[in-house]
Amino acid sequence: MARHNPEMVIDYGDDLKLFRSRLTQVAMIVVLLVFLLLPLQVDDFWLGVLNYVAIFAIGGIGLNLLTGFTGQVSLGHAFFVAVGAFSTAYLGGELDWPMWLWLPAAAILGAVIGAIVGPIALRLSGNYLAIVTLGLLFLGEHIFSNWKSVTGGGRGTRVDAPLAIGPIDFADLELFGSSYSRQQGLFWLLWIVVAITALIAKNIVRSRPGRAMQAIRDRDIAAEVVGVSLLRYKLGAFAVSSAMAAVAGAFYGAAVQQFVSPAEFGGQLGLILSIQFIAVIIIGGLGTVYGAILGAIVVGALPRIIQEFSGSLPFLSSGPGDDGILEVSSFNNMLFGLLIIVFLLAEPLGLAALWMRLKAYFKFWPFSY
Amino acid sequence: MTEFLQLVVNGTALGFVIIFKATGVINFAQGGFVMLGAYLTYQFGTTWGLPFAVAVLLAMVATALSGLVVERLILRRMVGRPPFALIMITIGMLFIIQEIVTLIWGFDALNLGDPWGLETVQVGEIIIRVSDLWTVGLALVALGVFFAFFRFTSLGLAMRATALDQEAALAQGMSAKRVFASSWAIAGAVAALAGVTIAAGPANLTPGVQFLALLAFPAIILGGLDSPGGAIVGGVIIGITQTLTAGYQGDYAAFLGPNFQTVMPFVIMVLILLVRPYGLFGTKEVKRI
Repeated sequence: MARHNPEMVIDYGDDLKLFRSRLTQVAMIVVLLVFLLLPLQVDDFWLGVLNYVAIFAIGGIGLNLLTGFTGQVSLGHAFFVAVGAFSTAYLGGELDWPMWLWLPAAAILGAVIGAIVGPIALRLSGNYLAIVTLGLLFLGEHIFSNWKSVTGGGRGTRVDAPLAIGPIDFADLELFGSSYSRQQGLFWLLWIVVAITALIAKNIVRSRPGRAMQAIRDRDIAAEVVGVSLLRYKLGAFAVSSAMAAVAGAFYGAAVQQFVSPAEFGGQLGLILSIQFIAVIIIGGLGTVYGAILGAIVVGALPRIIQEFSGSLPFLSSGPGDDGILEVSSFNNMLFGLLIIVFLLAEPLGLAALWMRLKAYFKFWPFSY
Repeated sequence: MTEFLQLVVNGTALGFVIIFKATGVINFAQGGFVMLGAYLTYQFGTTWGLPFAVAVLLAMVATALSGLVVERLILRRMVGRPPFALIMITIGMLFIIQEIVTLIWGFDALNLGDPWGLETVQVGEIIIRVSDLWTVGLALVALGVFFAFFRFTSLGLAMRATALDQEAALAQGMSAKRVFASSWAIAGAVAALAGVTIAAGPANLTPGVQFLALLAFPAIILGGLDSPGGAIVGGVIIGITQTLTAGYQGDYAAFLGPNFQTVMPFVIMVLILLVRPYGLFGTKEVKRI
């Protein structure tokens, strides 16, 4: 029998394949090489930007499972990020647990709290759910700023959790006799976590739970009629997505910021953070795993790049006394607003759809379809 | 005082309800319009020196126009898209409006230049701020006008019909486009009025005005998204529980931490929604299988 086109799905085994074609396998090897070699070529500023991107990618993949695949709108993602950040500050920083303990602890805590919130999604949908999850941000800010022994109250707390697995300390990496900078070590650590998160997400969506989640997204009553348990999968989606958000928060605290305060995640700033995560999945592409990573590159990197080059953009002011008319942070908020609107109007499926269209164009060239 | 504030917020809440009722969109950008209206009043009244009432009216017209523009340019292309996309697009608009306003007028607290200032009147034993009286008065007038509008005008009837069943309304010759456009314009005008009452009196005009609109959510959700009367009831419930919490929580439930009353609305909202998912007076969504 002749080998059929690997892009064509003819049985269940094909549908489950992680790497459909030889081309994707080659692409994966290229990505792996880039991952290994990039930190050696790029300076610390850009690595810092990419590490920030990694945080958004982890959280974005989580939110995409919930919103893109299961269709549950959540404006409360920043709350779960905060859960991860503060649990790491306490468990990893205060109690000095090693990373192989505080990281799973943060994830489990996120999952448990997500599972507590999940049942609300059983009763509510759409607009009502969005606003209840918005309320979560305000409740969260109140809890975090009053639980002073853990979170340091309104002033915030330092996060000095160890970033080492056994003898390998990613914050101060020494391998085979050569030592690497903090950013280099963190790059490898964070992007390994991104890869693991993406793999988990991909495994969920290409198997039974993923199909159940998409059925719920497309028509929840129809899904229930064919035997999908709404309780199980809505709860599960909330738990997994919150766990991923908590992991993102854990690394946001431990690796990137090293200092977190309740105001960052609650109220208005919390809303902005949640919106940034939503921007990640809208710009990247709702309902695709790699879309969240593409979106994270845009959302995570743009503000840093704009900040860095604000000196050369005449209308931006990088600090007080500078003569640009727009603050950098204001400009960034406006840019996100604009990006969300433009993508929703022009390309609701995001960069992932652009990429697929490009791929299709070249595959069928010179024919148009 | 909190109930009064909450009634003010109802001015915003009404705007939410009107747009939702007619178009099915939760307008997160309402806070942006509130802000825009208040700052435009400042611009017309204080900077250009027009009389206060004229300034307010002009601001209402201008905000209504911007509501129209937004509806025509953005929202009309989104008809039929899932609620998630609609929520997100209005949040995107909120970000843009908010930044444009702070870009033009800055972050400093401004004096709105309202004629009431810090004046008070004494009724028996109670001292009431004149600005609060005006706020309550305006809210009541606005409510009355809305009730009459929905009940007695042909546009109001068209809006109710469109909300009920878009296709049936179209078949009866009602223009859905006109209904959508006018609901955004009306919501814009109401938002300007709400913005003025929030920033009037002892409060100053700061970019934080738009934040108050977020606090109106518990009230409207509680009352039911598509019920103007529900928004009022929700506002009163939340105002009263807030005041009671502020008064008694320190004595009986101190472990909840100081200022618990600020998050109390959200707690009540979640509790009531768990029992009645469409709010107290909201229409239950009928699902087709």
